[in-house]
Amino acid sequence: MATVTEAEAPPLAPETDPKPPRKRGRLVPYWLLLPGLLWLVIFFALPMIYQASTSVQTGSLEEGYKVTWHFATYWDSLTEYWPQFLRSVSYAAAATVLCLLLGYPLAYLIAFRAGRWRNLIMILVIAPFFTSFLIRTLAWKTILADSGPVVGALNTLHVLDVTTWLGWTAGDRVLATPLAVVCGLTYNFLPFMILPLYTSLERIDGRLHEAAGDLYARPWTTFRKVTFPLSMPGVVSGTLLTFIPAAGDYVNAELLGSTDTRMIGNVIQTQFLRILDYPTAAALSFILMAAILLMVTVYIRRSGTEDLV
Amino acid sequence: MPFVNWLKRHLVVIAGLLTLSYLLLPNVVVTVFSFNKPKGRFNYEWQQFSTDAWKDPCGVADMCGSLGLSLQIAVWATLGATVLGTMIAFALVRYRFRARGAVNSLIFLPMAMPEVVMAASLLTLFLNMGAQLGFWTILIAHIMFCLSFVVTAVKARVMSMDPRLEQAAQDLYAGPAQTFLRVTLPIAAPGIAAGALLAFALSFDDFIITNFNAGSTVTFPMFVWGSAQRGTPVQINVIGTAMFLVAVLFVLAGMIIGNRRNRQKA
Repeated sequence: MATVTEAEAPPLAPETDPKPPRKRGRLVPYWLLLPGLLWLVIFFALPMIYQASTSVQTGSLEEGYKVTWHFATYWDSLTEYWPQFLRSVSYAAAATVLCLLLGYPLAYLIAFRAGRWRNLIMILVIAPFFTSFLIRTLAWKTILADSGPVVGALNTLHVLDVTTWLGWTAGDRVLATPLAVVCGLTYNFLPFMILPLYTSLERIDGRLHEAAGDLYARPWTTFRKVTFPLSMPGVVSGTLLTFIPAAGDYVNAELLGSTDTRMIGNVIQTQFLRILDYPTAAALSFILMAAILLMVTVYIRRSGTEDLV
Repeated sequence: MPFVNWLKRHLVVIAGLLTLSYLLLPNVVVTVFSFNKPKGRFNYEWQQFSTDAWKDPCGVADMCGSLGLSLQIAVWATLGATVLGTMIAFALVRYRFRARGAVNSLIFLPMAMPEVVMAASLLTLFLNMGAQLGFWTILIAHIMFCLSFVVTAVKARVMSMDPRLEQAAQDLYAGPAQTFLRVTLPIAAPGIAAGALLAFALSFDDFIITNFNAGSTVTFPMFVWGSAQRGTPVQINVIGTAMFLVAVLFVLAGMIIGNRRNRQKA
């Protein structure tokens, strides 16, 4: 009904529109882009410049800071905090590998084996997002509690002896050790691995599996030669989406770790919000940004999926 | 060896379900412990069953206020990011313009940057400008980091749209505004809705950027963070469980409505 009444009006439109549409159209994209890009320039790009400037300033809170091109801040903060940098990279790398190992079977299950359960499992993967991640991270304190069943089982199976020997845990505890922090990081960023993996697995034509089977490939060979290579875009974006936030995270290290598991995010946070040493904090944050951009660029080049961006 | 064969065939399924339980275990714990009656200030050890917290969810000072503030910020941030992001997405897909590469990287970079870096640099900007930290600085920050995600979600949808539909509308004498409102927007709506939902979830749950730029303003994640130091009231778990249930109900309702519509079409 509605379409009939409105169909009468349009014929007038071209006549009441005197301007040639082309010329006006040329400016349209710029007007569409302007507000959003302005927002990003002012509140994302400009702050980076302010941060770079802050990192080479000297002074004090009382007297104010001045740009003195004091590059020594970078050297000093690197020499003082290199263990935290190293820890951030290794924890994030461990969490990324674990996410890939845990996430791949689940993504594969949803894409190829779930059948009518697919939507339900998808919901169950996304649903935890709706409970604040801080609350869920605190729940790991209960799960990994010293007197809890997990630690008890690991103790009985002598797993903790091995992990203690490796330096991942300390004594009979899991909480406040590197293992707990990596466990929390893995848990928090797992969905960011599963979703891109699922997207790229779902695109694979099922007939390719049949073809591989017809050519006498065993299931494992099919996976190695067909499925996994075709899912590479998902693997690359999944590892990036896991590694980057994990390397900058300080929530897991603070809630599940101890002073021995502090990551670079913790240092930046305390320098900025508690110690108020802005130049050091800015320098650390700048180094973290540069390191991650460098690693990401090299990684994307190496894995040969530059059209990812 | 039938059992070994069965195990081999279902290895992926078993591993996948184990991962799924790893993902869901904390939610189970959060739910169970919302019925706990802890002895001390911290709700980490099971003591005894009680529904006290469910009967009085706002019984903790300042918690529901922070929840309201978080919802308020999330609504405004979603609105801002969705409008700005949708405009950018349309410009990117539908128009040719200069410096496209630069625009693309400006949109991609916030998603490829650790949150703590964005948080810290934004704080240096606010400190240098002498801005009062609080509601507005949080809102500005949230719109900033949600924007790119909205652009990505809307762009994917607009790209898969058939441009001939719009040409057809114009052939039928629809003006630009009418074409946009009656053809383009309804088709792009699922992408825009997905972007908006994502923005809402990201803003509502954001901690790191808020932690840096909130000053003394307390959002819900900030409240939870503070309580991890001072003592965790059971009510936190009640809110967490309720949010989980509401979200799952919403998704299920959406699926059922979607299925019905599909059936009606068929």
